[in-house]
Amino acid sequence: MTVATVSTQGSEPVFHVIDEHAHPEGASTMLGFWIYLMSDCLIFAMLFATYGVLGGNYAAGPAPKDLFDLKLVALNTTMLLLSSITYGFAMLTMEKSKIGQTQLWLAITGLFGLAFLGIELTEFAHMIHEGATPQRSAFLSSFFTLVGTHGLHVTFGLVWLVTLMVQTARFGLTEANRRRLMCLSMFWHFLDVVWIGVFTFVYLLGMLR
Amino acid sequence: MNPDLIKMIFGRLNLDALPLHEPILVGTFAVVATGGLALFAIVTYFRLWTYLWREWFTTVDHKRIGIMYMILGIVMLLRGFADALMMRLQQAIAFNGSDGYLPAHHYDQVFTAHGVIMIFFVAMPLVTGLMNYVVPLQIGARDVSFPFLNNFSFWMTVGGAVLVMMSLFVGEFARTGWLAYPPLSNIGYSPDVGVDYYIWGLQVAGVGTTLSGINLVCTIVKLRAPGMTMMKMPVFTWTSLCTNVLIVASFPVLTAVLALLSLDRYVGTNFFTNDFGGNPMMYVNLIWIWGHPEVYILVLPAFGIFSEVTATFSGKRLFGYTSMVYATVVITILSYLVWLHHFFTMGSGASVNSFFGITTMIISIPTGAKMFNWLFTMYRGRIRFELPMMWTVAFMLTFVIGGMTGVLLAVPPADFVLHNSLFLIAHFHNVIIGGVLFGLFAGINYWFPKAFGFRLDPFWGKLSFWFWVSGFYFAFMPLYVLGLMGVTRRLRVFDDPSLQIWFVIAAFGAFLILLGIGAMLVQFAVSILRREALKDTTGDPWDARTLEWATSSPPPDYNFAFTPVVYDNDAWWDMKRRGYRRPLTGFKPIHMPSNTGTGIILAGFATVMGFALIWYIWWLAAVSFVALLAVAIGHTFNYHRDFHIPADEVVRAEEARTRVLVAGAQT
Repeated sequence: MTVATVSTQGSEPVFHVIDEHAHPEGASTMLGFWIYLMSDCLIFAMLFATYGVLGGNYAAGPAPKDLFDLKLVALNTTMLLLSSITYGFAMLTMEKSKIGQTQLWLAITGLFGLAFLGIELTEFAHMIHEGATPQRSAFLSSFFTLVGTHGLHVTFGLVWLVTLMVQTARFGLTEANRRRLMCLSMFWHFLDVVWIGVFTFVYLLGMLR
Repeated sequence: MNPDLIKMIFGRLNLDALPLHEPILVGTFAVVATGGLALFAIVTYFRLWTYLWREWFTTVDHKRIGIMYMILGIVMLLRGFADALMMRLQQAIAFNGSDGYLPAHHYDQVFTAHGVIMIFFVAMPLVTGLMNYVVPLQIGARDVSFPFLNNFSFWMTVGGAVLVMMSLFVGEFARTGWLAYPPLSNIGYSPDVGVDYYIWGLQVAGVGTTLSGINLVCTIVKLRAPGMTMMKMPVFTWTSLCTNVLIVASFPVLTAVLALLSLDRYVGTNFFTNDFGGNPMMYVNLIWIWGHPEVYILVLPAFGIFSEVTATFSGKRLFGYTSMVYATVVITILSYLVWLHHFFTMGSGASVNSFFGITTMIISIPTGAKMFNWLFTMYRGRIRFELPMMWTVAFMLTFVIGGMTGVLLAVPPADFVLHNSLFLIAHFHNVIIGGVLFGLFAGINYWFPKAFGFRLDPFWGKLSFWFWVSGFYFAFMPLYVLGLMGVTRRLRVFDDPSLQIWFVIAAFGAFLILLGIGAMLVQFAVSILRREALKDTTGDPWDARTLEWATSSPPPDYNFAFTPVVYDNDAWWDMKRRGYRRPLTGFKPIHMPSNTGTGIILAGFATVMGFALIWYIWWLAAVSFVALLAVAIGHTFNYHRDFHIPADEVVRAEEARTRVLVAGAQT
């Protein structure tokens, strides 16, 4: 049984903070957002696991080789990776408090995101047109769900991006807005990382299957 | 009118969905409706709606949210227990050619609803409520990290509960068992709304649970009082931290697997179907990867409560604090490595089954260490057998039995015999009632005076205790016997008349538990009536050890006028022993979050969306989704979410407490 006898004024221990600095607002936000991202990561992990188990069950239907167009996927991947770089530029300009440039880079990021979604939807439409619907086999169910969930995340990211651009335009690069842009930045890069997994695990390995 | 138009407006909702042909349900509805109307009338008569809205529904105060969670849990306990009584009665009389009184399709809903409600809407809200109330106080914080999110989480849990309750009177609930295994839960075999109620009820509540998990992890990691290092945190805070880590790391799995099941049901994908390459066992694996950690989500906080209670009522420092913390962390990790023991009979082969059998048995080591720690804390302590301590002792006896039958079930060959038998049912009720529920009752009796400023009546509490404990043994020991004789779970009628006596004994046990619940409700009422006699003026009625007892009962909105500084893991005990004097001057304005109605509005839209999806009312689902998004985005345009409690208000509150303390010391 050891009792720490820390005291500052002679023998009288200090049991409360007299001069309290207020907890800065949003002090836990980054940690909270990280934990949220990890929980989201777990959803993707489940979808990857499902794809891993069911991805070979073609049910006499089309296989990855019949469906995937790697050139298109490469283009798509480029779009998303570029959007991550441009978001990085937005954050750099935000650090320098250059509001116009920040907005510009955010807009470019949004356009790359839109391009990514457009290409993905084209790919989906093409597959469905060929009869490779999510209902066709467990492979296609898990493919569409995994890739579609990622796409849905990008969509929400875009809605969020537009919201933050409006808020930055109206209220400037305030402390709160900087924090929000930082959260979206983490979200955006996280989606990029997930996409690397999709690209490798679903598309590249799918072609070898 | 055009049938297509009606279908477009109402989806598959029509008048047949109202169970007018089922007398039991009509009766229940009459009772619930009368009760609801009476409550509505009382609130309206006393003009309480504004008060409720301003002070409670929109509150971001962790203490009030905690209390609301507790109320939700207790209300749902009544519903879940009504289901239990119905099952016990059915099984006790359905012999010798009798069909009992519950038709099969109703009976199947009852056992499903019982499991779902007891886990998700009784145990979870009660556990979350206690953590919400106690953790910020124990770590010397003013609130949780994200107070608005806390309010939103609570209302999402309520939204899920509302959907499940609604299924009683509009449509039906799932008939699949509480985990809704496919292919039975797939659209081909469960084409009705039951499984959809199940899915959306859990999805809506699940969002709340996950967010509240994130919130509490951040709170514990970020908002501890100065001096409180990780190894100086009270054990309840430690177990809460581990529980919330488990929540964050397991509820997304539930979300994902239920989403896949809904895709199968709504879109026609083939994840868990029997053809086109689907694999139902994938569902069973995934849902238990959530389901087993869930068990520890429930029981770890209970372990924390027992640790606080044992130390307090033995008047001793907790024995083996460090080993307690390590045991908790080890259980947290191991809980992810045992899920397959829920389906050894899947036939994964001897190696896989042995692995999971062994990991399961290993969990009993840290749990056993905890048990010895509590025993050694009591050893040579000056034990006061107040209600919380009584529940703790009952837990120690009961839980050990449940633990041992658990180790028995962990042996794969034994499990092949006992799988899905009443032995299993007896085992998990043994640990959930004997562990989680007894823990919650200990916690409620322990922290009630903190929350309301007066103690719970001991006489009715003891009555409730004895009815509950004896009722538990009467209700579940016969099920062990029946399970060993090979009776499987979820049966509605029986052929072998020699079994009946055991079911009658079990029904008698359930009746005793009913008396226990009744006595508990009376205990609340009597305590409110006798609140002056039971008053706690000191803020520390049990001579306890942790920081929540350093402030008044009930604590002021701001919890602590000055943030405490911690030197010891029994911080308040240390303060008392070293002559702590309450500061009486120098108060400053306190920064606090403001109330907001956004949480309840968002959760309302989410619930409406769930309802619309259940009944295929697509336009309503779309509208409520857009509304949800709009309100959420609108909320982010509000940048002023806080205010300061002025210093003179703090002075007033603290002076009032000084007067109470002086008056209390004189009597």
